[in-house]
Amino acid sequence: MSTVPAATAATAPPGVRAPDPPRRGRRGPRRGAVKEALAAYGFLAPGLVLLGTFVFVPLAGAAALSLQRTNGFGDGVWVGLDNYARLFTDPVFWRATLNTVLFTLVVTPGSMALGLGAAVLLNSVLPARGLFRSVLILPMAVSGVATALVGVLVFDQNSGFANAVLRALGLPGVDWQSGGTAAFVTVVLVTLWWRTGFNMLIYLAGLQGIGRETLEAATLDGAGPWQRFRYVVVPMLGPSSFFLVVMNVIYSFQVFDIVFVLTGGGPRNATTVLVTYAYDNGFVTRDQGYAATIGVFLLVVSLAFTWLRWRTSRTKDLVG
Amino acid sequence: MSTAAPVRAHRRRRRDRWMPARLAAAVVVSLVTLFPLYWMVVVALTSRSELLGGTLRLVPRELTLDNFRRVLDAFPVAAWVGNSVAISLTVALLSVTVSMLAGYAFAQLRFPGSTALFLLTVATVMIPLQVIMVPLFRIVTSMGLFGSYWAVILPTAASGFGAFLARQFVLAIPRELIDAARVDGAGHLRIFRSIVLPLSRPLLAVLFFMTLLSSWNDLAWPLVALQDNALYTLPIGLLYLQGQLGSDYGGTMAFAIITVAPMVALFLVAQRYFVEGFARTGIR
Repeated sequence: MSTVPAATAATAPPGVRAPDPPRRGRRGPRRGAVKEALAAYGFLAPGLVLLGTFVFVPLAGAAALSLQRTNGFGDGVWVGLDNYARLFTDPVFWRATLNTVLFTLVVTPGSMALGLGAAVLLNSVLPARGLFRSVLILPMAVSGVATALVGVLVFDQNSGFANAVLRALGLPGVDWQSGGTAAFVTVVLVTLWWRTGFNMLIYLAGLQGIGRETLEAATLDGAGPWQRFRYVVVPMLGPSSFFLVVMNVIYSFQVFDIVFVLTGGGPRNATTVLVTYAYDNGFVTRDQGYAATIGVFLLVVSLAFTWLRWRTSRTKDLVG
Repeated sequence: MSTAAPVRAHRRRRRDRWMPARLAAAVVVSLVTLFPLYWMVVVALTSRSELLGGTLRLVPRELTLDNFRRVLDAFPVAAWVGNSVAISLTVALLSVTVSMLAGYAFAQLRFPGSTALFLLTVATVMIPLQVIMVPLFRIVTSMGLFGSYWAVILPTAASGFGAFLARQFVLAIPRELIDAARVDGAGHLRIFRSIVLPLSRPLLAVLFFMTLLSSWNDLAWPLVALQDNALYTLPIGLLYLQGQLGSDYGGTMAFAIITVAPMVALFLVAQRYFVEGFARTGIR
């Protein structure tokens, strides 16, 4: 029973495969068709009303706002594409874009590799395996704010634990707050701590779908542990990996909590990402038209990425 | 059979040789994962003077609950806990209901526009809150929701991801069951209530728990929508408190533990169902 959704979830990234309504072997309009459609709209109504009111209407609002010059909460002035032109000459915007891309490129493979390693480890024969699993997914229960505040504590460059350890080892302390690169590293490290459990959980579910027989057959064919991992386990985890790439990229594009609380985007915008920059413009400097422009840019990039990912994966599915 | 047995025995012997190494790796990874949480507890239980003295040890010599007392005295912690409980439970219940209803329609019913509506629903996952935050704030204000729980609840109650999961799960319910019920004259609502919902229990648990967790821990939207101190949820309260306490790490960590403990406890108790449900919902 669970194999059907597994297969569908596996090949369909969110929002790309059209739902294929069950066919009942009849063509053309059916007698119950109108009734069924009405029932369907009834079932969908609560969700569509909520999404319409609180996502799509504001989204249209944001698109409109991105074409205005605004001042506080008053009415804006239509300025066409001025805000978009401004993006090109805004060094902070480029820094935020670079940081967002960099963060995505590090966190997505990083948390997936760590999650895969942990899943393989905790899927093997091990005493107290359940306990280890519980421990590794525990960060999922902790809020981003609390996680980031512990990060503040550990990486405080004067009194933090990280520098205390480094000094005890005879090494110089690291300027975790005043150094741009070091601050970015803390954001990545804290995020990896927070996100690895989720990746492990998905990979564990995937690993449990690989039958013992498959691995034993590979062993009989003379495959060593590494070959079994590389040529049996990893390909069979393809659907999990696909799902995780999409989820991690979406998460990374939208990373807010950790950056906002841990570094606030500093020092000197070294850790500013697109969403924190949009937030700053929208609710701190109150430059709301420009904030909306940054948001629209981010959304277009997200959609482009998902479309691309879908295209490439569909080709792969057809070939494989 | 006769060939499989020796192979298995052979494998088992090899595994045993590596077991200590694997166990050591698991212990190290677990310690790294637990350390930040342990540190949080240590700092929360260390007296203020010792923290200021900078003589913090890995294993503290003296434990005190002073930080907890100070925080509980100075901030409306109980009210914030109440706000978080009310908001996250309502969001979770609403969200599960809305997602299941939509999932049933997308998976089992034929209607014009189903593809487009499904794509639109799922695409909302990709819209960062910060994109729509300013207009959303205006809408919530103009609806008169500002200053109430509903300002947080309603905008976060529908989830594209939840609807997606629900559809995947409901697709797997055998059609014969549903067709049989329809032959017996059951309407869609009846089928939904007496066939789809009971068969979806593992999914309901996952959806409820996932939404509860993310609502409890949510920062960005409540930060904008809750500007009255008395309405704060725990993460917003934590951020506010940290701003007030400044370098009083002991107090901040004491409150951080209060905000985190309920979900960590729930996670430990319920995770078996959660993890099983996760595997059975087809996310893999």
